[in-house]
Amino acid sequence: MNWLNILIQGGLLGGFYALFAIGLSMSFGIMRLVNIAHGDLIVLSAYVALVVTWYTGVAPFLSLAIVLPVMFGLGYALQRGLLNQTLSGGLLPPLLVTFGISIIIQNGLLQGFGAYDHRLKEGAIETASLQAGSFYVGVYPLLVFAVAVLSIAGLQLLFYRTRLGRAFRAVSDDADTAELMGIDNRKLYALALGIAMVFTALAGVLFGIRTIFAPSSGPIRLILAFEAVIIGGLGSMWGTLIGGMVLGIAQSIGAALDPTWQILAGHLAFLAILIVRPSGLFPRTKD
Amino acid sequence: MEPVRVERSTKVSRASAVLAAPALAALVSLPWWGDAGWMRLIAEMAYYLALAQLWNLLAGYAGLVSVGQQAYVGLGGYMLFYLTGVWNMNVFLALLIAGPFAGLMAIPVSFAIFRLRGAYFAIGTWVVSEVFALFASLIGVLGAGSGLSLTVPILEEVSPDRDMRDTLLYLMTLGASLLVVAIVYLLLRSRHGLALTAIRDSERASASLGVNNFRTKFIIYIATAACTGLIGALIFLQKLRISPEAGFSINDWTVVVIFMVVIGGIGTLEGPFIGMLIFIVLRELLADYGTYYLILLGVIAIAVMLKAPYGIWGWVIQRFDLQLFPVGRRLALAPTNGPAGSTPSKQAS
Repeated sequence: MNWLNILIQGGLLGGFYALFAIGLSMSFGIMRLVNIAHGDLIVLSAYVALVVTWYTGVAPFLSLAIVLPVMFGLGYALQRGLLNQTLSGGLLPPLLVTFGISIIIQNGLLQGFGAYDHRLKEGAIETASLQAGSFYVGVYPLLVFAVAVLSIAGLQLLFYRTRLGRAFRAVSDDADTAELMGIDNRKLYALALGIAMVFTALAGVLFGIRTIFAPSSGPIRLILAFEAVIIGGLGSMWGTLIGGMVLGIAQSIGAALDPTWQILAGHLAFLAILIVRPSGLFPRTKD
Repeated sequence: MEPVRVERSTKVSRASAVLAAPALAALVSLPWWGDAGWMRLIAEMAYYLALAQLWNLLAGYAGLVSVGQQAYVGLGGYMLFYLTGVWNMNVFLALLIAGPFAGLMAIPVSFAIFRLRGAYFAIGTWVVSEVFALFASLIGVLGAGSGLSLTVPILEEVSPDRDMRDTLLYLMTLGASLLVVAIVYLLLRSRHGLALTAIRDSERASASLGVNNFRTKFIIYIATAACTGLIGALIFLQKLRISPEAGFSINDWTVVVIFMVVIGGIGTLEGPFIGMLIFIVLRELLADYGTYYLILLGVIAIAVMLKAPYGIWGWVIQRFDLQLFPVGRRLALAPTNGPAGSTPSKQAS
């Protein structure tokens, strides 16, 4: 293990965390929604993919064709039916309602699937690796990293090159004024959570291929995603990617010192960065 | 002008205090007429009530929406197991130390998380709790990932006789919980309580009227951590085993507690009572159906938050103007015993 290798592996791991974090970064950045259920929605997506592969026999990658629209619909409905009602009264209502959703998802999955570990099996790509000189880089982490970068690039295009993106930025900056300008905030928020949920579902399926998951796997994913968003700074998608990489590198440094320190090292790096820069490294939106 | 009197209690609150006395006597004497099952259930209700009151004080009054209070439940529990198991300390002494230890640990934690606001603060408290849990799972003397158990000699220190031990544990838990409720009540009735209520209603306004928001919040955070630590030690003294997962469980020690407070009524002292009762009744009724009671609790909490954000007791206050725990001050135009002109502002200063 040398330092360069630690940096590369950690950076690639960061792609994973960035993918976890995109959905959260969107809903947090646009609606200031603290979505405590985000981690459970990642896990729920993996379960939806699991059920699709059970019934159709297709590979997990193909199951995305069903999982992504389903989760888009769920996100749209959740925001329209429930979460829009929580956005006017401070921190507590969205926090509590999403805590409720989190508990409902966790225990619903527990009742439906039991506490067993599951995994999505994609075959050879999971373990394939590329050799570059003395380095081995896993194909799958590389793929996930590329998906994360492409997702963020796509979202940046959406935010800065389209009418919809301009509306998103407008409600993010000042929801009341945006409404005065003729934007239907409620519809826009529903669309935002729908889109956010597409990336959440993508993260869920890709993570379900890489590691085992169980009904209780959600909260730690939420924390990792939040850490990536906050380290990167609110409202900056590329910041979220860098936040994820910082987290991944901190974890792989910890793991290099002692394998049991991996997660702890990430948390400590997060707290340290937060103490020095309470609004993250590249904040774009004012909280 | 007619003399104005400041009232600190109402007819209903005085009546409920009179009614509470026999209920309290019944609870204290339970070991001599009830069975072990009831004692266990009431003890559980008592510590959940204490946790709910403490979270309510933090979030409902001081505006500190923490989702990391499980950190102090776990710390208190681990401290008890560590001091008795490794240092061979007397179990009662260890109980007394566990709370202040949790409060002490909260000081450096507060330096870090008090720099954060709103959602960042909430997530920060959770991460801190995860850090404690991970440390506990790494430290060999704390049993690492599998945790610690209380040995028989330690239990015999409480009392060698099993029935007597159950009785003592029950009374200690009941006593500690009532102590916590009393501390919260008296604190809110004091001038600090007035400051807290002001912070609850508007941070900016309270600061402009001379309340030191930061110091008030700091003191509340530390005191709450200490009380939570004591309750945590008592919880795990009854559970006999602690592990990082059980000790620092966000669902067990924070999420359900938040649900209780919100369902009952946040920012009131009566709310946590009601929320705790609803939680326990739901769980006992649905005991045969796995974790469906948690799903139902989540649904109820969401419904209450959306339809009646001040909870059941908030609705009662609006509708009937009832207060069982009067912490506020009311003005009444009536003959007064005290000096004329004892205005609320004077009381408040």
